[in-house]
Amino acid sequence: MSDFTSDFWSVYVAGLTIASIVACGILLYVMGRMRVAKGKSPDTTGHVWDEDLAEYNNPLPRWWMWLFYITIAFGVLYLALYPGLGKVPGLLGWTSAEAYAKERTSFDKEVAPLYARYSGMDVPAIAKDPAARAIGERLFLNNCAQCHGSDAGGSKGYPSLRDADWLYGGEPAAINASITNGRNGVMPALGVSLGQPGVDNVVNYVRSLSGLPVDSLKAQLGKPVFMTNCAACHGADGKGNPALGAPNLADGTWLYGGSVAAITETVTKGRGDATAVVTRMPAHKDLLDPARIQILTAYVWGLSNRAK
Amino acid sequence: MTDVIAKRTLETIPIVPATEDVALYEIRKKIYPRAVHGAFARWRWAAIFATQIVYYGLPWLTWNGRQAVLFDLGARKFYIGGLVFWPQDVIYLAVLLILAALALFLFTTIAGRLWCGYACPQTVYTEIFLWIERKIEGDRLARIRLDAAPFSLEKLVIKGLKHSAWLAVALWTGYTFVGYFSPIREVGIRAITWQLGAWEAFWMVFYAVATWGNAGFMREQVCKYMCPYARFQSVMFDKDTLVITYDEKRGEPRGGRRKGSDPRAQGLGDCVDCNICVQVCPTGIDIRNGLQYECIGCAACIDGCDQVMDKMGYPKGLIRYTTQNALAKGYDTKTMWRRVLRFRTVIYSAVLLAVASAGAVSLATRNPLKVDILRDRGALAREASPGVIENVYRVQIMNTDETARRFSIRAEGFPGLEVVGVEQPVDLGPAQSRLLPVRLRAPAPDNVASLAKAEPHPIEFVVQALDDDKVVRHEKSTFIVPRQ
Repeated sequence: MSDFTSDFWSVYVAGLTIASIVACGILLYVMGRMRVAKGKSPDTTGHVWDEDLAEYNNPLPRWWMWLFYITIAFGVLYLALYPGLGKVPGLLGWTSAEAYAKERTSFDKEVAPLYARYSGMDVPAIAKDPAARAIGERLFLNNCAQCHGSDAGGSKGYPSLRDADWLYGGEPAAINASITNGRNGVMPALGVSLGQPGVDNVVNYVRSLSGLPVDSLKAQLGKPVFMTNCAACHGADGKGNPALGAPNLADGTWLYGGSVAAITETVTKGRGDATAVVTRMPAHKDLLDPARIQILTAYVWGLSNRAK
Repeated sequence: MTDVIAKRTLETIPIVPATEDVALYEIRKKIYPRAVHGAFARWRWAAIFATQIVYYGLPWLTWNGRQAVLFDLGARKFYIGGLVFWPQDVIYLAVLLILAALALFLFTTIAGRLWCGYACPQTVYTEIFLWIERKIEGDRLARIRLDAAPFSLEKLVIKGLKHSAWLAVALWTGYTFVGYFSPIREVGIRAITWQLGAWEAFWMVFYAVATWGNAGFMREQVCKYMCPYARFQSVMFDKDTLVITYDEKRGEPRGGRRKGSDPRAQGLGDCVDCNICVQVCPTGIDIRNGLQYECIGCAACIDGCDQVMDKMGYPKGLIRYTTQNALAKGYDTKTMWRRVLRFRTVIYSAVLLAVASAGAVSLATRNPLKVDILRDRGALAREASPGVIENVYRVQIMNTDETARRFSIRAEGFPGLEVVGVEQPVDLGPAQSRLLPVRLRAPAPDNVASLAKAEPHPIEFVVQALDDDKVVRHEKSTFIVPRQ
């Protein structure tokens, strides 16, 4: 864990520390035994500032000197017990990583009963519980809101979690799986294989599925193109496939926008990329424990189901 | 120990160190202050009662079913009577500290270390502990004798009794201290049933030990070596500052004499050299050496000397509150007091009054509603349906006082802007705070000319209490329309 390749700096720091402590001790001992010749009183240090500000040299109380010795003893003891002297680990073997882990464990233990209450409940029941909803909202704001928005309404490329439209299914189990393992939907780029007129036509056809204004001739020409190239994932009726995360193209919801330009871009360049982090729903199993994921699931599920 | 002093003062009022010890670290000589009665002792006891009745009594008062004065660190709410302070109100703490500092400046300029002599906890608890010590061990001579006596059962019993009494006072002080931060009645029950929290127990014991150590053992050393105020107060003295002074002209040459004999005939001043002024001094100095940095201005020497003067049939006031100017120029009392009203005291008073009234006005007209707006930064804007733009905000509403309120949230900035996704009105309990994710929706740009531009538009959130027109906040934010 050393930041350096050789022991030089460790030895340097330890040597400097020990030398300083010893020097302080010697200075203190010498000053403690020193006697100043009796004489001029009041005795000043001879320093004068601002023309007439003088400084007295009055003796410190003796207990003050003992405080200095105690400080030295404390320093020596501290350096013996804790890591402080260069790379020396200290007799207690204390590390900050271990201290963090310990605190983490004790915190988890402290909040465990909070989550235990919900362990036997099913998601609809948890979603009805106001306390669980408050926990869920906090978890959501900390872990999900960056992409899906504080109100869970999503934005371009990040689905809204408030509506009834689900890419991978809206049942509790599916939501739980999305949070736990993440999701990675990829739409391949079809611009080259379809050619410009093909893309134009299929865009018009796709828009016609949800009743948007289209060039009906182009839409007609686009239908066979859709059946050959798109239906495998989005289905013959364009209603999508939750197993693949292929969106429903027949509802009014558009993940990347429903304008001609936006759909043309989607078809031409594709969406998502197996290697791109930003367009992927990350797995949370390493970040949140199952109990928290369950409450989060209930919160997200409740956003579109609780009202009914 | 080094300390900076103004030589201007040094030249006219000789400041003499208390010791001629030649080691760099001196061994403390224990001080046995003698009991003293008189006008100033009564003032001092009045100040002790005034401050301690407030300190010990305040946590026991209740207000609307809760402790009247409670600093709830865990919940970050600070209750003082009907007022609830939140961490955001830290400005009032600053005002309080400024007032305290200005008051210290003013009173020090008028009459020296008044704070030190009459009101400082160090002085107050030392006085209380000294009183206990006197009741159990006796006055000065008895205490000196007891300390010098060899170890015996009687000495052990007396000392044990004294420390038990001291510790009882100290523990009650610690208990009271904790009672300001944790409801005092519950703390009391937990203390009796041995169920105190670790921090409660720690602070109770810490504060008790500090009281016991500072008032029982450290005493004047706190003022001499540790207190920063003691050092900078002398900077605020001037030649018209009332300080406790021995009238050298009248007193010297000092010396013993028979009662009733004429001192002038013997070539003596009024000082009978009885040393009472030294014996009563809690810091162990001789006021006749002039103004010294150890002097805390408690006026015990005035009371002591006045008693002796009375007995001798001399006029009181050989040691008295007087000013350097009065001594040097022979002002009468009236002139001396009139000179209290001078440039600095007027300025200090004016500033003190101004800050106090500004603080009071601000406190009285304080808005109990606080609102913070935080824009979502992950996504600046979104298209909810073709042409309809939404921005998301986190709105933190803080209902800071103890009235439950209902609030409405609306947004202003351009026509058609509406708040959606919030159940209105928003209910907030007493001293409660809520974070609400709030969506603002703007109609499609075609309908609103001002929205056509893809840019941030300045808007304002208006949070309004339904039952009180005055409880309202306008918070600025922006609404972003993205490029298509």
